[in-house]
Amino acid sequence: MSAASAVAAQVVTSTLASGRSKDRDLRSILFLGALWLSLFFGVIVLVALIVDTAIKGSGRFDKELVTNYASIIFPETTGFKAGIFGSIWLMVCTAILAIPLGVMAATYLEEFADTNRWWNRVIEINLQNLAAVPSIVYGLLAVAVVAIVGFDEKGVLIGGAVALALLILPVIIITTREAIRAVPQDIRQASYGLGATTWQTTWRQVLPSAVPGIATGTILGLSRAIGEAAPLIIVGLGVSVLSVPEPGIAGLSDSATSLPNQIYNLANQSRPELATAASAAIILLLVMILGMNAIAILIRNKFTRSW
Amino acid sequence: MSTQPATATTSPDEPLGISLSIDEEAKHSVIGEVPAEAVMDTYHLNVFYGDFHAVHDVNLQFGKNEITAMIGPSGCGKSTVLRCLNRMNDLIPGARVEGAINYHGQNIYAKGIDPIAVRQHIGMVFQKPNPFPKSIYDNIAYGPRVIGMKVDSMDDLVEGALRDAALWDEVKDKLKQSAFGLSGGQQQRLCIARTIATKPDVILMDEPCSALDPIATSKVEDLMMQLRKDYTIIVVTHNMQQAARVSDRTAFFTAKPDETTGNRTGLLVEFDLTKRLFSNPEDKRTEDYISGRFG
Ligand SMILES: Nc1ncnc2c1ncn2[C@@H]1O[C@H](COP(=O)(O)OP(=O)(O)OP(=O)(O)O)[C@@H](O)[C@H]1O
Ligand SMILES: [Mg+2]
Repeated sequence: MSAASAVAAQVVTSTLASGRSKDRDLRSILFLGALWLSLFFGVIVLVALIVDTAIKGSGRFDKELVTNYASIIFPETTGFKAGIFGSIWLMVCTAILAIPLGVMAATYLEEFADTNRWWNRVIEINLQNLAAVPSIVYGLLAVAVVAIVGFDEKGVLIGGAVALALLILPVIIITTREAIRAVPQDIRQASYGLGATTWQTTWRQVLPSAVPGIATGTILGLSRAIGEAAPLIIVGLGVSVLSVPEPGIAGLSDSATSLPNQIYNLANQSRPELATAASAAIILLLVMILGMNAIAILIRNKFTRSW
Repeated sequence: MSTQPATATTSPDEPLGISLSIDEEAKHSVIGEVPAEAVMDTYHLNVFYGDFHAVHDVNLQFGKNEITAMIGPSGCGKSTVLRCLNRMNDLIPGARVEGAINYHGQNIYAKGIDPIAVRQHIGMVFQKPNPFPKSIYDNIAYGPRVIGMKVDSMDDLVEGALRDAALWDEVKDKLKQSAFGLSGGQQQRLCIARTIATKPDVILMDEPCSALDPIATSKVEDLMMQLRKDYTIIVVTHNMQQAARVSDRTAFFTAKPDETTGNRTGLLVEFDLTKRLFSNPEDKRTEDYISGRFG
């Protein structure tokens, strides 16, 4: 080895193999620490909250929680049957109302609307804004809609479903549009090139390819709706409901309540048994939401395609 | 430069059915020997994207059962012209066409022409293989289904199209499997099979081999030669050897920058029999391009 190359090797050793990393100087470590702190702050508070609630409610993870109606006479066996079934029914009705409307609106905007027209642009901008409107406003809107449609009674299932459908409609439209936009232009061109109409191209190629995105967006929207209490209170959904809506069309005008409504009501009660039950119900609600999100993830993983 | 006798053409302003002659045979293009029987022709075709003048005054004739190649440097408007031929440009917002494109004497840009019907007669194969995310079988059957073709047996039609595309032996055992499982070359032949399943008259191909390896390319070229017996084929290619190998006639385009705006507008330089255009080009620009001095 020549002298020159020996020197070069020495330099390399002293600079490259110095035994410490430039990523480990004080500033980098401080910065990293700040990042970790932010992460942990969010996660820890959340975990603490859930654990605390779970401990508080631990006495009531029993069958009666699901099978009994609310009762202040027997607070130790009070149940959330009306709320659970009410919430499930609300979700079904909300989905039936919101999914077709949302998907069709999004399809129109993506595949048919001429974006040069000012009214289409106005609709687009307003959709973004609608997604940020407080949920309580949708409750007020639903009261008006339900009154117009002709249900005079307050607190019926359909009223709540309309409120929640209005609430998640912008979310569904926005996610569906993104899913439709993600379908490659190639697919449309191939279809048009064979002589297909816009309708056939949309219905047979674009929408089927967009299903995973639409489904995940919709379920995420629904899992937001299932946790809402405020718009349902405005619509007048009661808390002391001791029945479950009848299955079918007739059930639409039955009085109903929802799990968040019942929880909200019990959280204000002074009896410790009721507070325990409320904590248990909160965990139940969380499990339902997690379940829905899990379904969304499953659908996405099962149907996602790489183009 | 031969002056050609009139072909039946109509400009969009003229009532249908009135014949005009190509008055001043586009002075900026060298037009050599044109086909005896043209299935399609373009008449003073100008294409704009918004304010941008993409293609200037193209007069071309596409011979029946011939392969016509369109070559030229990138951005000279080959794809633009090709997309006009079956009104795929309608799908591009802001695209506008002036002049006429006649298909069997009928201007396809005339009022009352349904672009969807046009595309049933004039099919298209794209640069990147773009099978539908469906089974091989459904890829082929899609076209006949959407255009409402009367078929006795869809199975026979699918088999026929795949045989015509020289793909049958490779896929006959996996018709129900996803088309995405095929190789790129197989996918492109599937796309060709999909196009011929609807029994078009003309097939447009935009650089059909540019995403393929040499072996797959030669398969597609063989297929094109085969299909020429039944179809009129118009192909855009960057590969001059390919144009020389497969085509009967070649149109050479170039892009000319505008003196004031600097926008590059595409125009037709020379159109002739392929063997003449490649061996004995009349225009200096053609000669430079095919000898590799430009482009
Ligand atoms: N959708 C579009 N919108 C606006 N301008 C376009 C569009 N498509 C093409 N152009 C423009 O028109 C001109 C011709 O484009 P075209 O794609 O037809 O060229 P080409 O000859 O096919 O090029 P290449 O060989 O690279 O494919 C180019 O200047 C291009 O920028
Ligand atoms: Mg091109």
